[in-house]
Amino acid sequence: MSILINKQSRVITQGITGKTGQFHTRNCLDYAEGKDCFVAGVTPGKGGQDFEGIPIFDSVAEARAETGADVSVIYVPPPFAAAAIDEAVAAGIQTVICITEGVPVKDMILTRDRMGESDAVLVGPNCPGVITPGEIKIGIMPGYIHTPGRIGVVSRSGTLTYEVVDQLTKLGMGQSSCVGIGGDPVNGLKHLDVMKMFNDDPDTDAVVMCGEIGGSDEEDCAEWISQHMNKPVAAFIAGVTAPPGKRMGHAGAIIAGGRGTAADKISALEAAGVTVTANPAEIGLAMRDAINKS
Amino acid sequence: MKVHEYQAKEILRSRGVPVPRGQACFTVDEAVAAATELGGNRWVVKAQIHAGGRGKGGGVKVVDSLDEVRQAAEDMLGMMLITHQTSPEGQRVNRLLVEEGAEIARELYVGLVIDRSSQRVVVMVSSEGGTEIEEVAATNPEKIFKKFVDPKVGLTEAEAGEMMAHLNLDALQAAEGGRFLRLLFEAFWETDASLAEINPLVITADNRVIALDAKFNFDDNALFRHPDIVAMRDTDEEDPAELEASAVGLSYISLDGNIGCLVNGAGLAMATMDIIKLYGAEPANFLDVGGGATTDQVTEAFKIMLRNPDLKAILVNIFGGIMRCDVVAEGLVQAAEVVKLKIPLVVRLEGTNVERGREILEKSGLDMITATTMADAAEKVVAATGN
Repeated sequence: MSILINKQSRVITQGITGKTGQFHTRNCLDYAEGKDCFVAGVTPGKGGQDFEGIPIFDSVAEARAETGADVSVIYVPPPFAAAAIDEAVAAGIQTVICITEGVPVKDMILTRDRMGESDAVLVGPNCPGVITPGEIKIGIMPGYIHTPGRIGVVSRSGTLTYEVVDQLTKLGMGQSSCVGIGGDPVNGLKHLDVMKMFNDDPDTDAVVMCGEIGGSDEEDCAEWISQHMNKPVAAFIAGVTAPPGKRMGHAGAIIAGGRGTAADKISALEAAGVTVTANPAEIGLAMRDAINKS
Repeated sequence: MKVHEYQAKEILRSRGVPVPRGQACFTVDEAVAAATELGGNRWVVKAQIHAGGRGKGGGVKVVDSLDEVRQAAEDMLGMMLITHQTSPEGQRVNRLLVEEGAEIARELYVGLVIDRSSQRVVVMVSSEGGTEIEEVAATNPEKIFKKFVDPKVGLTEAEAGEMMAHLNLDALQAAEGGRFLRLLFEAFWETDASLAEINPLVITADNRVIALDAKFNFDDNALFRHPDIVAMRDTDEEDPAELEASAVGLSYISLDGNIGCLVNGAGLAMATMDIIKLYGAEPANFLDVGGGATTDQVTEAFKIMLRNPDLKAILVNIFGGIMRCDVVAEGLVQAAEVVKLKIPLVVRLEGTNVERGREILEKSGLDMITATTMADAAEKVVAATGN
């Protein structure tokens, strides 16, 4: 098993005909069971055409009705990305993964509000996506660095996640699922939500979490871990050297009003029994230590 | 994106939010003319820079005659204003705001920001206006009242009234204040603001409620739908290196250390800064080349970093996913040749086509130190600076 997605997932790609959508859809098709999983594309006005044999529809509702898809991945440009999420949720898609970077915060506030009581799950926006190694890759991560196994990975950043996965793979620790939740201030799943999923997943034995400065998601997650987590957790928090008030690339990565510092997050995680390393080259080793200690 | 106080007040005024009468001025004569036109016998001359804490640095003067307006304007225009938010050299003052003086009865605080946990806009008010609100938040958090605004309906009359009830105002003042709060929220929401601070919000002796100061930041991702706000951008207020970098699609931030770093991805870039520190040195910058890292971008990145006279070495850390290491390597070699790099360069490549990438670096004949892991790279770059 795994979390969020597996080889049984049937995926709609929103924005499949754009340059980004085309490029990444090809890579996803080539990964593991991808050819069976990616069943439809959506680009308004291009219904009836196809991309690499994948039928294209005008709307998510049509695509879902025709294919029974339960997951969608979004590559549409930022001004239209929130509307694409709305459309997927309204069509009854269970898991929506939004890769698009640069979505206005106000659009996301409205979209998250509309999602309200819906049981649909949103990953992102501004994220690398989700992969269940050996089964399915949905997103822009390089598939080959992953290896199937029993470590869960959750992270706010893209290339740092690849770094961690690479370390785990080289140490012989495969991954159950790797979830990039993205670096935007208003988004879908937070560290805490993904941590709960990994805790409940019988095929995940331990979890690596990568956080960064800004907000209090890591602190919230730490509090939950201290009460409920029954699997070992290792963590790294990026941004110890980041000065307050300077936004470090991600819209959420900023120390504002003295809150959201790396030191706050590290002490919260350590107090929750998480093995935290200050060395980003040793995150894989920290995971091994955490497992050995447990 | 940040704007000046006078621009924030223009935005507020155009949406019916009460602000003092005033005028932006670029010369001493304009300042005197503005004061003459405003009339009265008391004016406030305010230096317009983006950084906060202007009053303490001598950037705000209350004056009682036109001669004093002239004197204040002469003193301020061209001065390097130093506040706790500027660099140690300060920020040059090129613009002034001349406003009518106000008879202040009470000073309050209003702030609006995006709250990540509730995923809503949070409106905050406090009776402790004028002071450092962060200090109030730390020492007397119970003096700050918050409302998380439902995006479907906005800030309601009832909610605004409830907030005002915490501020010990009389009925007339509370009604005016409530109206102010709702208009302010609308201005925030309609302009895709990410932060608004009115500190102080004042109650005047004649019971008017006005924004004596105004600070607004806007969501960069939403600027495409606000050309009027984009037009307010003042690049004099921005770090020249950061500006140049953003023009070629690089995210760059100057820091105080002497090891330059060039990394793909914001999280990995921060982690690279952190590991440099962990090995005993300080990073000179944050630099995210994003998903491209073309030869042109790498060349430009090198040029920007090398403008820092204190730079002792450069660390390149690329985890190639979509971006192939061999392409990155070729770009690095060309860029190093173009800029005639004379300081040590440590390169750590990992990911797609890494073997070919390393081969290209080795065969280039360039004086380059290659590293395998991040730890190896950090150790080598710190050693190369002679620390």
